[in-house]
Amino acid sequence: MEVLKIATAGSVDDGKSTLIGRLLYDTNSLTTDKLEAIEKTSKQKGYDYLDFSLATDGLVAEREQGITIDVAHIYFSTQKKSYIIADTPGHVEYTRNMVTGASTSQAAIILIDARKGVIAQTNRHFFINNLLRVKEVVVAINKMDLVDFSEERYNEIKSDFEELMRKRDYEDQRITFIPVSALKGDNVVNKSKNTAWYKGDTLLEHLEGLDLVAVSNTGTPRFPVQYVIRPKTDEFHDFRGFAGKVYGGELSVGDAVVALPSQTTSKIKAIYFHDKQYKTASRRSSVTITLEDEINVSRGDMLVKTNDLPTIDKQFTATLSWMDSQKLTAGNKYIVQHGVNKVLAKVATVEHKIAPDYSGIDTETESLGMNDIAQVSFRLNKPIFYDKFKNHRTNGSFILIDTQTNSTVGAGFIS
Amino acid sequence: MEISSIELELSQVTEVALLNDTSQINTLENEAIYIFREVAAQFEKPVLLFSGGKDSITLVRLAQKAFWPAKIPFPLMHIDTGHNFPETIVFRDKLVAELGLELIVRNVQDSIDQGKVKEESGKYASRNSLQTTTLLDAIAEFKFDACIGGARRDEEKARAKERIFSVRDDFGQWDERNQRPELFDMLNGQIELGQNVRVFPISNWTELDVWSYIKEEAMEIPSIYFAHKRKIFLRDGLIWSHSDYVYQEEDEEVLEKMVRFRTVGDMSCTAAEYSEAFDIDAVVQEIRNSTISERGARIDDKRSDAAMEKRKQQGYF
Repeated sequence: MEVLKIATAGSVDDGKSTLIGRLLYDTNSLTTDKLEAIEKTSKQKGYDYLDFSLATDGLVAEREQGITIDVAHIYFSTQKKSYIIADTPGHVEYTRNMVTGASTSQAAIILIDARKGVIAQTNRHFFINNLLRVKEVVVAINKMDLVDFSEERYNEIKSDFEELMRKRDYEDQRITFIPVSALKGDNVVNKSKNTAWYKGDTLLEHLEGLDLVAVSNTGTPRFPVQYVIRPKTDEFHDFRGFAGKVYGGELSVGDAVVALPSQTTSKIKAIYFHDKQYKTASRRSSVTITLEDEINVSRGDMLVKTNDLPTIDKQFTATLSWMDSQKLTAGNKYIVQHGVNKVLAKVATVEHKIAPDYSGIDTETESLGMNDIAQVSFRLNKPIFYDKFKNHRTNGSFILIDTQTNSTVGAGFIS
Repeated sequence: MEISSIELELSQVTEVALLNDTSQINTLENEAIYIFREVAAQFEKPVLLFSGGKDSITLVRLAQKAFWPAKIPFPLMHIDTGHNFPETIVFRDKLVAELGLELIVRNVQDSIDQGKVKEESGKYASRNSLQTTTLLDAIAEFKFDACIGGARRDEEKARAKERIFSVRDDFGQWDERNQRPELFDMLNGQIELGQNVRVFPISNWTELDVWSYIKEEAMEIPSIYFAHKRKIFLRDGLIWSHSDYVYQEEDEEVLEKMVRFRTVGDMSCTAAEYSEAFDIDAVVQEIRNSTISERGARIDDKRSDAAMEKRKQQGYF
């Protein structure tokens, strides 16, 4: 079964949870006991409709405050695909959750309240999805029932959004507009009778039609070694397998490869998935590779094709999304986790803060606070093997770990 | 020249038949294998928490695949409430013997005998929540730094917010407000001494994904997952097992019915369902058509809307 991961973004009260609840309801994914719980709670609250947001708001505090405060994952499937929705909150202070949700998704849904149109928050949601290079974006113009399903209003919002699109960096991103009412169910799963002027697909039809190969990011093959498998049994006495996941492109038996950082060359002897051997390891598969020659490769090293080397350097500049309440200041030291490789890093300079809303306002700053996005340069104690994020979504990204608290405090995209 | 070409032909004959490419392998399986390898690489003393249920059996299969041809590089641990279905225990011991795995068993009964926990009493008495103490003691005893579990995000609302690497403090507690963000594939397993990480390799699997996988892999599972005749009684609209471990009122009549279990925990907290699904195909079909969620049959979750979240904060799985 194909799996499509989707991030959602919307401001408070844009009806994001309701939209997800509606998707679940109209695909018959809500089970009787969940539905009963929703009916019961909706009644208790005195609503005359079903509050689908109750299907997704998981934590006690969220139910009390009626808001979503963390990334929740929702699952449903159709005959064609399995869907995983990362429900990320829309408040200004939770940029980090949006970045997190978008990082694992191939598609995103941005919600706009048809009454309010494109607002400052929308710019932010789009900016982040564009920064994270999410390939497929759906702009769901919601609450169409509250603007009498007006085509004029829909077009107005669409053209405002298109204005925003001119400012984006990542131009290959595909954007689709859909007029919906999550509360009433128009154009979510079923075609609406109220929007005869809209000829496009419903939200679900659109998602069903997405080609998973086309929406996943490509690049050149990179194989970060996670773990070395050495069984030391009689049968597999000399077996040294390099376990890892293939990113960007594919690797095949016979390919000439270089191991980094040692720069020793060899050829791929065999590719295993469990006990079966394959000619080619496709993108995103977790395989075990053996080499023709006995060369020294350990965790954190990387196998790449000989004619296709990444940048090997002890410094880089990146767009950084800061996610911690403690400030980041030039001179601070962190652990950079780049894939499965960890190195010590020092913040060389905080070049400038980027307004994540296409206002184009860059601010000079010394330090970064929670949810800031900035251009930052780093110096490392050992070289890493990276690509630019725009060329390689996996090998161009990293996380920062605080050496004191061990928390993940930032995510970076190498420029 | 001729000799070398013969040699070449010979070597081709002895070669293993190569499959074309790995593109047909399921995304979720690739993801889980990746997580297992991260655990083995990032931690010193991982353990796989094994309950004998379908999710932990799936974990064992994925771990086998992740490290083949080497053995699974960590032991299994079962926190035994003493109230398990006997079929589960038989299955557990058989699996461990067949795969040559190391199994650690720690008993809730010992925690009770030591006066660390008190047996619940009354109609709804269960040892389910008592497991937490035994688990935390075992983690401390063996100094486990990573505990791999089969929890899935689709099971329950609080679990939907769980990370793949979820840090627990030295009291075993989950701080759900202060979780580490998880970006791309990167898993941050850095912890302080005394802390441990709960790892959930099948976080993103749904119940149907697990059953489909069991079918595809032709995996063996305990017999109680298939329809069988059992002595039961009815309470609160649920089907309870008639057993020495389960308190039963005098007016709760014992019936014999064809049932199966959809989820397997303690006998005192797992309800059965009527079923005629005698094989895996029938079970998959039944799950596909079901309009009741898996945990709808978990008596422990019915205690309150926030039951799972509260238990998790205290260190429950």
